Amino acid sequence: MPTHPQPVPPGPSSSTDPARPVRTVLDERDIGRALTRISHEILERNKGATDLVVLGIPSRGVPLAERIAERIAAVEGYDVPVGSLDVTMYRDDLRMKPARTLLPTQIPAGGIDGRIVVLVDDVLFSGRTIRAALDALNDLGRPRAVQLAVLVDRGHRELPIRADFVGKNLPTSLVERVRVTLAGTDDVDAVTIQGTAPAEEVTA
Amino acid sequence: MKRHLLSAADLSRDDAELVLRTAAELRELADRPIKKLPALRGRTVVNLFFEDSTRTRISFEAAAKRLSADVINFAAKGSSLSKGESLKDTALTLEAMGADAVVVRHGASGAPHRLAHSGWVRSSVVNAGDGTHEHPTQALLDAFTMSRHLGTGPKGSLDGRRVAIVGDVLHSRVARSNALLLNTLGAEVTLVAPPTLFPVGVESWPVEISYDLDAVIPKADAVMMLRVQRERMSGGFFPTAREYSRRYGLDGRRMATLQDHTIVMHPGPMVRGMEITADVADADRSVIVEQVTNGVAVRMAVLYLLLGGSEPAVGGEE
Repeated sequence: MPTHPQPVPPGPSSSTDPARPVRTVLDERDIGRALTRISHEILERNKGATDLVVLGIPSRGVPLAERIAERIAAVEGYDVPVGSLDVTMYRDDLRMKPARTLLPTQIPAGGIDGRIVVLVDDVLFSGRTIRAALDALNDLGRPRAVQLAVLVDRGHRELPIRADFVGKNLPTSLVERVRVTLAGTDDVDAVTIQGTAPAEEVTA
Repeated sequence: MKRHLLSAADLSRDDAELVLRTAAELRELADRPIKKLPALRGRTVVNLFFEDSTRTRISFEAAAKRLSADVINFAAKGSSLSKGESLKDTALTLEAMGADAVVVRHGASGAPHRLAHSGWVRSSVVNAGDGTHEHPTQALLDAFTMSRHLGTGPKGSLDGRRVAIVGDVLHSRVARSNALLLNTLGAEVTLVAPPTLFPVGVESWPVEISYDLDAVIPKADAVMMLRVQRERMSGGFFPTAREYSRRYGLDGRRMATLQDHTIVMHPGPMVRGMEITADVADADRSVIVEQVTNGVAVRMAVLYLLLGGSEPAVGGEE
């Protein structure tokens, strides 16, 4: 059984395309700092981590959830249940594309009933993925509360959904593409943004 | 363009692995309090069964319902089919009812193919067993079960695994579908049967052939026993049931010659005492009950991949 099939995301086809320059907005150390801050904010908000369950949304949300759980464990001194929640079957655009490959759902043994579930995803955009995740949680149990942590909030919400913990607010235009790569799944930790016009400033 | 699952040969290795991977995720659903996913909400799946079948029909029904599809069961007995209606008129009725998928079991080989290619229906057609021809979802669930027990690597690959399929190959759609699919997945298949129970043309199948069970099973990683389909037999294919059991049945003595990791499979329904003895059927290495559980997950995967998106993700072209 595959534990972590990681398909190549339908991101930028070529990062060397001169008409679509790629700009790095967060590098490895920025991502590390953002995750550390989010972890502390989660602990602060919930006054500890005793009832927490951290669930990542595949594919990039899962390694982020694991890193947040590691940081929480390092601060609190005990392990926090961490898992993954695939929302493919709950998407509202399921019928608009060919049937998608399912990704792993692994709910920690204690379940989610009465717990505080922290959903973790890489980019918050339209909010539709999170809507699907809330539906998926509904079929798994009844958490006491659901909170949302994202590495990047790029705006353009289409549903009344907001994140509780945000790594970086990144104002974008709709034609731009935000891509998160994470070591382990990809080559390096980075958040990049790809525009349509030549960039005025390029930061390495 | 609609696609169908009519033959195990329709599936490329990528397709088959996608079905097995999807089934692996869907199998977890059986352990959850709410065994339901919304993927096929509002879609209609018709189970069109011209032949008696309990486990296949129930399995497809459970699979479709767990994906939130509406299920209509259409059995030959007590319907207009027993009043002489043709396959075509039945198909036109289903089309008028707006079926998205038709799961068909028919006594005549090729009936699902006819249904899919005649232009009578626009729905996806899934072959749930036609005559002595094919039963692709059974082969998929068998491969899935083998992959869980014998698979190597992260993908549960069956490359190089040896599978012995024993018994009434002549009348078995399961044997043909399994031989084709397992070959696609890289396993080595040996068919074992008395010479009278091999079909014409079996030498063109991608398999080894043997008449000697005792020589084959010590090397096998999986042994699949087939039911002797006496209802399809008009002549004498073997002298007596007792002689068949002695030469081609799996009993405790033969089971003792298997390797430690070898699993025993049976597509069901079994005839205890004929092709398999009760102590073998109930042994720890027997995965016969698990095959049934896996059947639901595999059929969910097939229905999801055919109907879940805007176009099917697997299956043969129309």
